[in-house]
Amino acid sequence: MIPFDFDYARSILPLLLEASLVTIAATVVSFAAALAGGLVLVLGMRAPFAAVRWPVWAVVQFIRSTPLLVQLYFLFFVLPGFGISLSPFVTGVAGMGIHYSCYIAEVYRAGLESVHKGQWEAATALNYRKSAAMVQIILPQAIPPIIPVLANYMIAMFKDTPILASITVIELMQTANIIASEKFLYVEPMTLVGLIFLAMSLVASACVRLLQGRLAR
Amino acid sequence: MSPIIKLTNVCKSFGSLVVLDGLDMEVAQGEKVALIGPSGSGKSTVLRTIMTLETISGGEIEIDGEALWHMRRNGKLVAADEAHLRKMRSKVGMVFQQFNLFPHWSVLKNVVNPLRTVLGLSAQDARARAEELLALVGLKDKLNAYPGNLSGGQQQRVAIARALAMRPRIMLFDEVTSALDPELVGEVLNVLRLLAHEHDLTMIMVTHQMGFAREIADRVLFFEKGRIVEAGKPDKVFTNPDSDRTRAFLNAVLQG
Repeated sequence: MIPFDFDYARSILPLLLEASLVTIAATVVSFAAALAGGLVLVLGMRAPFAAVRWPVWAVVQFIRSTPLLVQLYFLFFVLPGFGISLSPFVTGVAGMGIHYSCYIAEVYRAGLESVHKGQWEAATALNYRKSAAMVQIILPQAIPPIIPVLANYMIAMFKDTPILASITVIELMQTANIIASEKFLYVEPMTLVGLIFLAMSLVASACVRLLQGRLAR
Repeated sequence: MSPIIKLTNVCKSFGSLVVLDGLDMEVAQGEKVALIGPSGSGKSTVLRTIMTLETISGGEIEIDGEALWHMRRNGKLVAADEAHLRKMRSKVGMVFQQFNLFPHWSVLKNVVNPLRTVLGLSAQDARARAEELLALVGLKDKLNAYPGNLSGGQQQRVAIARALAMRPRIMLFDEVTSALDPELVGEVLNVLRLLAHEHDLTMIMVTHQMGFAREIADRVLFFEKGRIVEAGKPDKVFTNPDSDRTRAFLNAVLQG
């Protein structure tokens, strides 16, 4: 059996919990970016002009068809060559935000399509501007049904944050790595990382179920 | 007097399906016109093109002497832009078969919000006008209800109040009782009867309620295959139509 040193585990737990704050911050910020970016993308994909629709569609396909890790490396190691140099954290949340906005755009699209087209027609007949109809009439109906799906994307993003360790963001995974490599003891730090992720994911999932129950009523 | 609505050689097709086939039609200001005919004859499409919910494939629609789908720019006739369409839409209101109330808003907000957002009325003025119209359709006690908690007849009356509150000169009614349970049809028709007394309001109704059309319409237009087959006073069209097609249609619906 692999030995597990509980005292050692207890001694590194505070460090890991502190680092998990960075993980949470990265999740929240990149999720917010993905929500905003997804909205921009879905509006772009539904724009009345093909000159807007096509480039946006192409960008979305490109981002969805390439790995997040490659995109992060590109942002972190290639962009500085063009004079754009951002901190690891900003690069990381930007990369995750952009990547996931392409998926979240699809979720928005499904939400928008679930709104009956009679709603647009009534808004037109009442002479609303298109933008006002979108903001006041369509989005308030399109968003509530997709909130649980969006929340699940947030959990998925949370579990993807260890990838930020690869571009030197000192989040939970990276902290565990640093601790582990000091004494070459991996069992305790990695077990704790797993347990912290498990605990937070379970709490988040429970919140989503609660939310779903509320929205269903 | 020049007509408030004039359709000249209007064509509309969906792919290879021809819905309006060189339609000519005029409606005078204040006139109450009923459009009848078999389903798929293009009656609803006429209303939808006037409301700009559908574009037209050919011909021209004029509202109040102005082209709907075109406008003058530097002396030339060009395709209408959104500003022109919005100006034209302000003259027209529409009530739909499926009510199309905004389900996330209360009855009051359904009427107030367009007044505030589209017409820019103050909160007090919008509320006063909304309450007045909801009282007119007999729903003063439902201001804070949500559409989902109303019967179909009540929802449709809210939709009529909402459209009227914008003070359009033309009201389009697209089979407004077709989605209602039979016992709720009367309450909506009563509201339409009330409006029919409004001298200046132009009303175009697509309807399957033949008795009602006969009662309140100044003129009945019988549609078939995207054209008007017969037009005339209700008494004439319903009792002694010129066209065999009209006669056959009326026989079929009045028996059914």
